[in-house]
Amino acid sequence: MFLTYLRRELFGRRKQTAIIAAGMALAIGLVIIVNAFSQGVQSAQSKVLESVYGVGTDMTVTLTPVAPTAASGPQSFGFDRNSGTSASGTQKVSQSRLTGGMGGGQFMPSSDLTTVEQATGVKGAAGTLALQNITFSGQIPQAFQVPLPGTGTGGAGGGPFGQVPQPGTKLNRGGTNGNGGSSFNVDRFSVLGVDLAKTAVGPLSAITVSNGVGLTSADTGTYKAVLDSNYATSAKLSTGGSINIGGQDFSIVGLLTPSTSDSSSASDAYISLDVAQKLSGNTDKLSTVYVQANSNKDIANVKASLATVLTADTVKTQSDLASTVSGSLASASSLVSGLGYWLSIAVLIAAFLIAILFTISGVSRRTREFGTLKAIGWKNRRITAQVLGESFVQSMLGGLIGIGIGLVGIFAINRDNLTLQGSASAGSLFGGFGRRAAAGGANANGFPPVGDPANLPQGAFGGGGGSRQVATVQTITMHLPVALNVILLAVVLSIVGGLLAGAFGGWRASRLSPAAALRSVN
Amino acid sequence: MYELSNVSKTYKQRNKLVNALQNVDLQIADGQMVAIQGPTGGGKSTLLQLLGALDRPSSGTITMGDVDISSLPDSKLVEIRSHKIGFVFQTFNLIPTLNALENVEIALQGEKISSSERIERAEAALASVGLSDRTRHLPGELSGGQQQRVAIARALVKNPEILLADEPTGNLDEQTRDDIMDLLEGLWREKGLTLVVVTHDSAIAKRAQRRLVIKAGKIKEAS
Repeated sequence: MFLTYLRRELFGRRKQTAIIAAGMALAIGLVIIVNAFSQGVQSAQSKVLESVYGVGTDMTVTLTPVAPTAASGPQSFGFDRNSGTSASGTQKVSQSRLTGGMGGGQFMPSSDLTTVEQATGVKGAAGTLALQNITFSGQIPQAFQVPLPGTGTGGAGGGPFGQVPQPGTKLNRGGTNGNGGSSFNVDRFSVLGVDLAKTAVGPLSAITVSNGVGLTSADTGTYKAVLDSNYATSAKLSTGGSINIGGQDFSIVGLLTPSTSDSSSASDAYISLDVAQKLSGNTDKLSTVYVQANSNKDIANVKASLATVLTADTVKTQSDLASTVSGSLASASSLVSGLGYWLSIAVLIAAFLIAILFTISGVSRRTREFGTLKAIGWKNRRITAQVLGESFVQSMLGGLIGIGIGLVGIFAINRDNLTLQGSASAGSLFGGFGRRAAAGGANANGFPPVGDPANLPQGAFGGGGGSRQVATVQTITMHLPVALNVILLAVVLSIVGGLLAGAFGGWRASRLSPAAALRSVN
Repeated sequence: MYELSNVSKTYKQRNKLVNALQNVDLQIADGQMVAIQGPTGGGKSTLLQLLGALDRPSSGTITMGDVDISSLPDSKLVEIRSHKIGFVFQTFNLIPTLNALENVEIALQGEKISSSERIERAEAALASVGLSDRTRHLPGELSGGQQQRVAIARALVKNPEILLADEPTGNLDEQTRDDIMDLLEGLWREKGLTLVVVTHDSAIAKRAQRRLVIKAGKIKEAS
């Protein structure tokens, strides 16, 4: 009888049922889509992060940047009169450096990796050294010596670029007859020194070999390199060729592509860690330690314990790293977490309010009915159960329709292959290329200015400040997952909405005095 | 059956206090058919609601048998309404979305009986008011007289001791009025009910054993 009455009431009051169900359906549909979108964005962020940090990396450890000290002098390229070849007053030079930045970079000691590996809850860890290979090549005016005003005899010619000459020293000048023109290129690309014995954790875990072969532990200590395929294409390099890194020729044994996305990998070139340390002069130094925890629930504890032990370092988890993702992916993430989240809440509250108000309104319209039921012996709890049951079914009906709307929405978004772009960086640990190079800029005639070095113009190549360790743009096709927990959430919300509306309506109905209810209509 | 002693009832309606009944003393014997007449707003329906345990008096006592229903908690009043009293209303008060059979069945909701027994009893009640062929009809598909018959069947399906009818023929034509009153009178005689009918209609009142008149909250025997 309860079900018969319930069914007849819902069918007989179709308009009210339709409005409550529609409100609930809209809210539930929106919640499902926003949740799915949020999970899709998180998945896309993970893909971007995996391309940089590798598959399964739970956290990273990097040195907390500190202000450069006086000892960390400016990066410099030094040429003297005998460098390169000279012709017609022009000196052709080329020099390649593997460096952590103009200040030489700030790195953590390799012992930090050992500390990480010994921490409780750590499944595996691998250290890398992220560097930049900078090549200065071109032609500059052939050097000769000119005494500075008020100074004595000349010294040895040729000072390093980027260093401010002291008064009394002699500056290199351009070609004697004005022939010495300047034309040079500064080329740089990222190089990652990788521990080839521990590739299960870290950037190489997210990479597949698209051409040639990859680096193995047998390649430790050798001058072999694998290149990101995109970089190889842009630099016109291929497997079997060679690349100069830090003044040393490396044979290119393979090309790599990220296994989790369709754009660039973490670095332009990958070499053995020990070779990278040696060529950059950073023996026993690391830039990043990639950490894999035993399980997800261990991550917080591992982070806390590492932060306690490695006081000079910064420990970041995946969720911390997610904030480093930028681009339209970050905009989408921001949109979902901001507008989408609050819109869902607002629509959900509105749907609940609509359900409650319509249920109470329905009870008011049925005052005579409930008064009659009380007169013929219905107990309050039976009337409350009737109202609750009707609201529950209305909300569940809305919830089911909402799940359908949500699934259709997810299907539509997935069908449209929405793409987002994102880039991730592991944070700057470098002084960057913004440190100015002092005297050395040539004037329009090919001569450097003469006078007090303090008044000299700044160097010609001082740009590129704030270099980042790794920054790679990924184009991710959004895929909104249909998660069981979101469907369950929708069902729970429907139940809550129905119970809330039913509770209010039932409470209202149970409070009706039968005499007053009958008196109001008789 | 009923003994009312110095019963008064005051309630608020649109922020105004209404003295519906004032110091009413009344006794109604078992199996009696009583008609209560009086002008609109005189307190007829209020008296019926007090007799039907739908409300409590503001002062005074009402005894049903040996139970003082004026001081019983709601849960006990529900029990009394559920087992001892049947109501018939002027506007029938049927559930519009339920058919005739279901409208009768609904009065048995809460009884510890099987579904088949509930249906059987509801069908028998409808048969007793001459509506065996209208069991599946919605109220909107029935005439006024038929709807009132369904309401009477709903009131009687629980086999109550008391039947309280508030203007049971107020919305019916003369012929139907007589039919309904014939039915009520027949059931009263057949089942030995205590029947209290509130009515404006003197023709109906004359059919009762006893006639009472309520005016301005005061009750007296009709001459």
